[in-house]
Amino acid sequence: MTPTPRVKTFRIDGRDVVGREDQTVLEVARENDIRIPTLCHLDGLTDIGACRMCLVEVQGWGRLVPSCVTKPEEGMVVVSQSERLARYRRTILEFLFSERNHVCAVCVSNGHCELQDLAEEVGMTHVRVPYRYPGLAVDASHGRFVADHNRCILCARCVRVCGEVEGAHTWDVSGRGIQSLVITDLAAPWGESDTCTGCGKCVQVCPTGALTEKGHSVAEMSKRRQFLPYLATMREGRR
Amino acid sequence: MTPDELREAAQIELAAQARYTQKVSVCTAAGCASCGGVQVKEAIQRQVAEEGLKEQCLVRSVGCMGLCSAGPLVAVEPDGTLYHHVAPDHAPEIVRGLDLALPVKDLVCPTDQPFFARQHKIVLENCGRIDPDKLPEAIAAGGYEGLAQALTTRSPAEVIHEVTVSGLRGRGGGGYPTGIKWTTVAKAFAAEKYVICNGDEGDPGAFMDRALLESDPHRVLEGMTIAAYAVGASRGYMYVRAEYPLAVTRLKSAIRQAERAGLLGKNICGTPFSFDVDIRLGAGAFVCGEETALIASVEGRRGAPRPRPPYPAESGLWGAPTLINNVETFGNIPSIIRKGGDWYASMGTEKSKGTKVFALAGCIRNTGLIEVPMGITLREIVFDIGGGVPEGREFKAIQTGGPSGGCIPEHLLDTPVDYESLHELGSIMGSGGMIVMDDSASMVETARFFMEFSMAESCGKCVPCRVGTAHLYDLLDKFARGDATPADLALLEELCDVVKNTSLCGLGISAPNPVLSTLRFFRHEYEEKLKAVTA
Repeated sequence: MTPTPRVKTFRIDGRDVVGREDQTVLEVARENDIRIPTLCHLDGLTDIGACRMCLVEVQGWGRLVPSCVTKPEEGMVVVSQSERLARYRRTILEFLFSERNHVCAVCVSNGHCELQDLAEEVGMTHVRVPYRYPGLAVDASHGRFVADHNRCILCARCVRVCGEVEGAHTWDVSGRGIQSLVITDLAAPWGESDTCTGCGKCVQVCPTGALTEKGHSVAEMSKRRQFLPYLATMREGRR
Repeated sequence: MTPDELREAAQIELAAQARYTQKVSVCTAAGCASCGGVQVKEAIQRQVAEEGLKEQCLVRSVGCMGLCSAGPLVAVEPDGTLYHHVAPDHAPEIVRGLDLALPVKDLVCPTDQPFFARQHKIVLENCGRIDPDKLPEAIAAGGYEGLAQALTTRSPAEVIHEVTVSGLRGRGGGGYPTGIKWTTVAKAFAAEKYVICNGDEGDPGAFMDRALLESDPHRVLEGMTIAAYAVGASRGYMYVRAEYPLAVTRLKSAIRQAERAGLLGKNICGTPFSFDVDIRLGAGAFVCGEETALIASVEGRRGAPRPRPPYPAESGLWGAPTLINNVETFGNIPSIIRKGGDWYASMGTEKSKGTKVFALAGCIRNTGLIEVPMGITLREIVFDIGGGVPEGREFKAIQTGGPSGGCIPEHLLDTPVDYESLHELGSIMGSGGMIVMDDSASMVETARFFMEFSMAESCGKCVPCRVGTAHLYDLLDKFARGDATPADLALLEELCDVVKNTSLCGLGISAPNPVLSTLRFFRHEYEEKLKAVTA
């Protein structure tokens, strides 16, 4: 028997808010129309706190914490917008843009890209670090989908949706550090994957133009996420 | 083995050793083994047999004696002679010397030098004194006495109290109070709890855990078992990196022997308490030394850290409350139980108690393993114990804490070694690696070396560490090549700030430390690299 979660009252950006202790600060913020930028978070998937976009300050805590995995505590004072946080968020986006080849003008997801939207939102107008221009492959071996590693930001949404929701665990991360790469099966071409069910969930949750459907030209690929609220409800029920 | 049987076993072993009038101990731990320690031991053994001295002279393998740079080391008892740089060809001379009780002059290593005299050994008390493959020798040297005492005369709460009183702090580098950690796990409600020993020692230049596991594995097992009793765990994992094959072999043999003797496994020391230990090998990822990544690795998943809280003490291995301590931390436990927390707390400084093992490496005369009381100054370590830098060179900096630490310059050498003082200098205590650099070392290149390490060892999960360390490395490379501009210096400092404050785990958070500390104490070296461009 799990004890009933308690309700906590705390503050975000000067506003009094109420959340259950099994919620996250991010969830409560969204309920109250407080916008905290996120990239790796997606309702319905396990949060991993990897992109660091949703970092917030909590008064009296030494370190910044990712709001997607931080539980509300009675009386805590959260600051989600500050000059310092804005600077960090911009720099992290600069890191992402410089890491691979995010050339919006020729991308199928141009105009429908969360990375692009976030850059506009936080005012990242230029990248101060040198672009790394890695020479990465495009895997078009699958009949309906394409994986373009040049556009991947390693948010691992595909890995999580495939493992947690579809149950196939076709996707995973190989290598480490700057050499990390999402792979299908044991780095076999996607089209040759024995485990891929072809459901396309990974494509729909991908925030950028890394995973796309074939047959789209520049700016034509918009993601359909209608199944996500349903997904979240399913997970709620499982709790 | 009940406490009585344990005492009896110790007596029997001591009596067996007393039958020999002389003991020749050869170090066969990794340091000495790498320069022929095993061959030396075999040669001496053959020579002893040839001269018919087998009945009176015992030749045996022991663990690390500390002065690794002078290996292979051979100790002769009871006269207390220590031979250094021994080769198999020296065997006849050494054995002849035994007979006449006249040491071979050319090979004698003075044991009254500060390297030996200034040390204070607790964790390493049996290193180099017992054969790590022989349980009776460990028992005769006081091994498992603390465990028997804890299990038969104290409650788990009393054991934890003793550890809390001792003031022991995590020796893996973090310095978290061990007593508090144990209490947290002990107080957690759960049907199953785990104890993990973190032996994933990965800092360049650090070899404390390796030496302890190779030289006295029973001490670590004893510490783990006491911890398991205190927190209520029945299973434990020993996480050792696969690059330490000798440590793994000796641990395996130690676990088997302890199980057979009833000191591990079911009904330890004849009490209802049971504890099983398994070994898990690390596959070469530095980040697996981070506790949540280590847990993921033990579970068979990709070794990547996850955000804390929840801390492992609350939700660790397979979601169960888990106690994770470093090898050296566990190595302190048997002595604390045997001699009391107050005794331990009488050594060291106000906030850092007891002793710390360090691996001295780099440009220093006495390379090797040392154990010193907390609060000793860096100067004493470098110049007294370490013997200073070799002839013709000047001391420049000492690097502590590996890729998470910093470089400390000459004028701050009088800093006492404790967690807080080192932290104030922008370095950390770390697990105990100390690398001494002379005046030929470039601080920019040192920073680049450690950044390259962090970049290669980043797991790639969080953005600032994955991409930030790569950019920092490129920037440092630009400095090293002399291509950097003043704007690069500003960018370097800004990126350090971002990576330090936004990374997910300790690896990323501390990765900028080598850059920040060299910028703080050797900024001119960075600026000199700039001038070359503008001129």
